[in-house]
Amino acid sequence: MPTSLAQSPGARVGLSIAVATGLYGVSFGALSVASGLTVWQTQALSLLLFSGGSQFAFIGVIAGGGTPVAAASAAALLGIRNAVYGMQMNVLLHPRGWRRFAAAHVTIDESLATSTGQTDPVEQKRGFWVAGIGIFVLWNLFTLVGSLAGDALGDPKRWGLDGAAVAAFLALLWPRLRSREAGAIAVACALATVLTVPFVPPGIPILVAAVVAGLIGWFGYRSGPDGEGLEPDVDPYPVEPGRTASS
Amino acid sequence: MTLWGWILVACAVGFLTKLLGYLVPKKWLTNPRVARVAGTLTIGLLASLTIANTVASGQTLAVDARLGALVAAAVALWLKAPFLVVVIVGAAAAAGLRLLGLP
Repeated sequence: MPTSLAQSPGARVGLSIAVATGLYGVSFGALSVASGLTVWQTQALSLLLFSGGSQFAFIGVIAGGGTPVAAASAAALLGIRNAVYGMQMNVLLHPRGWRRFAAAHVTIDESLATSTGQTDPVEQKRGFWVAGIGIFVLWNLFTLVGSLAGDALGDPKRWGLDGAAVAAFLALLWPRLRSREAGAIAVACALATVLTVPFVPPGIPILVAAVVAGLIGWFGYRSGPDGEGLEPDVDPYPVEPGRTASS
Repeated sequence: MTLWGWILVACAVGFLTKLLGYLVPKKWLTNPRVARVAGTLTIGLLASLTIANTVASGQTLAVDARLGALVAAAVALWLKAPFLVVVIVGAAAAAGLRLLGLP
């Protein structure tokens, strides 16, 4: 028999991950206005795109002087893993009707990780929805706080906001570097980026790196079919031995 | 198309990508090669965005306070600091190094 919602382990973990993740919406909001987007454009990304990695990718390309087309391309490519997550969640939830659209919108690293960490199907559902909806509400709220604060700060460089963006990208990458191969892919793509920066317009080096990563993934398939880097970037269950809590 | 237009395109593509997972037959995306490419793309793009935001200034490469931010953030992550702390450490490192006179 399922426990009450107040004692549900899935809902509890979902709520704590929602608070932790929602809070860093502040950094997205502040960095987005620093990159040149308006408060409304920033909020549109949090409301409608709602995928941390893709949102940071969009503003990261814009901040570097890239075109909006390159920014949208980087965001789209970084969102591809969400399709795989969606397929996994569909197997667990079987949402029907409008719920399918709602579930798709809140399918992100954190909601997937919370859900798949539970064994009871009822808890898997609760974990997914509590984490997904909780993060959506808090992420949007704190995006607004961050963008209004960022707007008031003035010169972003004086406050080191360009350094904050670097730190944010490294923090998104870090938990995915669990294996030697993941590290090698990261180095190869970083190198491809640095080598192409002087020769192509801003934003394009990131797409060149995406091609390199895609080729390594496709042709290096035999070296490890585990879906390298496809594990969600959060672990809501840090008690598991041998793993650590990230973000 | 304007910046607004491309923001909305990115949002639409992002949502449709998520929805795709709920609509296509299971075997399409359980193809291990497709799943692997989705994973390597994620690592490659985040690595590229990290380094581009560290050393690129338009079409030139520059060594400035942002490199210090990268090192400081790596140390914070090594010490298992939470996301928001890592971001603040990165900002503090860049701002501090600029106070010391770095570009």
